Amino acid sequence: MPTHLIGNDAFQEADTTGITRQATKHNYLVKRSDDLARVIHEAFYVAKTGRPGPVLVDLPKDILIAPAPYAEPSFAPHRSYRPRTEPDSFRIAEAVALLKRAERPVIYTGGGVINAGPEAARLLLEFVRLTGFPCTSTLMGLGAYPASDPQFLGMLGMHGTYEANLAMHGCDVMLNMGARFDDRVTGRVNAFAPAAKKIHCDIDPSSINKNVAVDVAVVGDAAQILRAMIAAWKADKQQVDKSALATWWQQIDVWRAKKSLRFTQAMAPGSVIKPQYAIERLYKATRGAGKETFITTEVGQHQMWAAQHFKFEKPNRWLTSGGLGTMGYGLPAAMGVQIAHPDALVIDIAGEASILMNIQEMGTLAQYRLPVKIFILNNQYMGMVRQWQELLHGNRYSESYSAALPDFVKLAESFHAVGLRAEKVEDLDRVIAEMLAVDRPVIADICVDQKENVFPMIPSGAAHNEMLLGPEHAENAGGYTGKSVTDEGLVLV
Amino acid sequence: MPGSEMRSATISVLVENEAGVLARVIGLFSGRGYNIDSLTVAPVERDRSKSRITIVTSGTEMVIEQIKAQLGRLVPVYRVLDLTVEGPHLARELALIKVVGTGNARSEALRLADAFRARVIDASTESFIFELTGATDKLDAFLDLMRPIGLAEVARTGVAAIARGKGTIE
Repeated sequence: MPTHLIGNDAFQEADTTGITRQATKHNYLVKRSDDLARVIHEAFYVAKTGRPGPVLVDLPKDILIAPAPYAEPSFAPHRSYRPRTEPDSFRIAEAVALLKRAERPVIYTGGGVINAGPEAARLLLEFVRLTGFPCTSTLMGLGAYPASDPQFLGMLGMHGTYEANLAMHGCDVMLNMGARFDDRVTGRVNAFAPAAKKIHCDIDPSSINKNVAVDVAVVGDAAQILRAMIAAWKADKQQVDKSALATWWQQIDVWRAKKSLRFTQAMAPGSVIKPQYAIERLYKATRGAGKETFITTEVGQHQMWAAQHFKFEKPNRWLTSGGLGTMGYGLPAAMGVQIAHPDALVIDIAGEASILMNIQEMGTLAQYRLPVKIFILNNQYMGMVRQWQELLHGNRYSESYSAALPDFVKLAESFHAVGLRAEKVEDLDRVIAEMLAVDRPVIADICVDQKENVFPMIPSGAAHNEMLLGPEHAENAGGYTGKSVTDEGLVLV
Repeated sequence: MPGSEMRSATISVLVENEAGVLARVIGLFSGRGYNIDSLTVAPVERDRSKSRITIVTSGTEMVIEQIKAQLGRLVPVYRVLDLTVEGPHLARELALIKVVGTGNARSEALRLADAFRARVIDASTESFIFELTGATDKLDAFLDLMRPIGLAEVARTGVAAIARGKGTIE
């Protein structure tokens, strides 16, 4: 609507900047065409720098249709917005001094390393190798450190590996590189890494001391911090305690031997497909596909199984909605990736509930000929909701069961895509191969075990060492009753 | 745990004088559940390009550090200064106070106003309006004294504050 009608409750008027203020990093309402070029340049600058985030520019209709003068972007610093990227060298020295004297160190990395660009991931690998320390990652950080590397402990947090969470719990020095002590990572805060000196590196000063009080805070860009830490590590003549570190690794190997992600897939023909197995087979098949592979996800159990069983060796190959956890993210994200990388293999690992959130985008895939693959782990439940209802709410499956799902094969066909279905274990590899072979959008409807839950699991309000392992593990043979979860924990769900 | 006691903080925020900036600041406080005890804002540059917001808030040390960091993150914010910890500072507010009464009450109101150096800026046969400037507790004390005499209405500006000495916010 035009500028002069703002505030009149005209047709389809909404206070867009007001509505979006809480959901954007910054937003603008352009009221004069002369401001348009400057605002657009500034909007991109704000979105991409510092802690990146969405920026919205609201254009009234008269501004949209009027000619506007173009101006080149200005290279002068922004008047008020100046994110700090260069770390304080004194803090770097403090951090390195702590790390050098560590006996049970752990490096915990997050999405900040991804946001800092591929150079940050390269420097992370160099630093972790240089130190010989174990490294774990948040959901958002997967791919910054190669999953196949022996120093990688896997993902940490609510559905992280046994070894990653117990290393976090038992460490004496923790280096957080570009993560934010999210509640899904820390569990109960007052029981989080109780013996650890904590070093927190983050580009956003408001992340420091927000959830967890830390001993050393380094504000800056992850790549610049890592470069400075590598230099300081080499310059500091203090030797690391090699024997303590070896003992620590022995302990970690004991935890690793639990194989906390293991599951049992029955292979007899007619057996139901385990969701973990579907991800594992998909991973194997994509490795042989000879293409760059990008994985996006929706939100729920399928997302956690993908994070646990799909291994990422490079940054920016894994796109998922972590902190906000928005179902419906995966399909539009996959569309964007496919447009940016037309020759790549782009797969949205989805659940049957999440995919319906933005299903209309199937039409966009067909219209723009984007060969995105949608790999649905279909258990006919909003599985993560059901999992919590089962464990904590006496199996009262309120509104988490979908009794009237669409036929995804026919749905795909009606949207000009290819529809495939795997119902039994013997169908799986064939369906995956077909999906990868087709140069068109595909929905692969993988009918998986309806009762499967995501393990390991740290219930809300519990500590890292109170982790629950899956039914495969003898110590949980009696099943989990949810009795150890406090009321404080329940409200965190 | 250190810093778990509540404290009051007077925070000066220098911002770009643009539409929506106050809404961003207030939205931050309401969205994150922080307290606002007082908030004032006005342009302070000659060309009206910048405004200064003075916020009086309270919370634990960790919460106040969060408030400052969150304010600092807003794109149109130039500078955030916690006057309470930066050294000595002055904080003043202004109140317009209407007292209604006749006879002895009127002369008592005038005597007290004189003691507090409040100015009479309007008078009628049955009322006075006083203008009083000072620290918050001085205004509170004056209002407490006026209440039994015939305090009828108050308008207060909220706190404006500045650091002592030659240092500036910029």
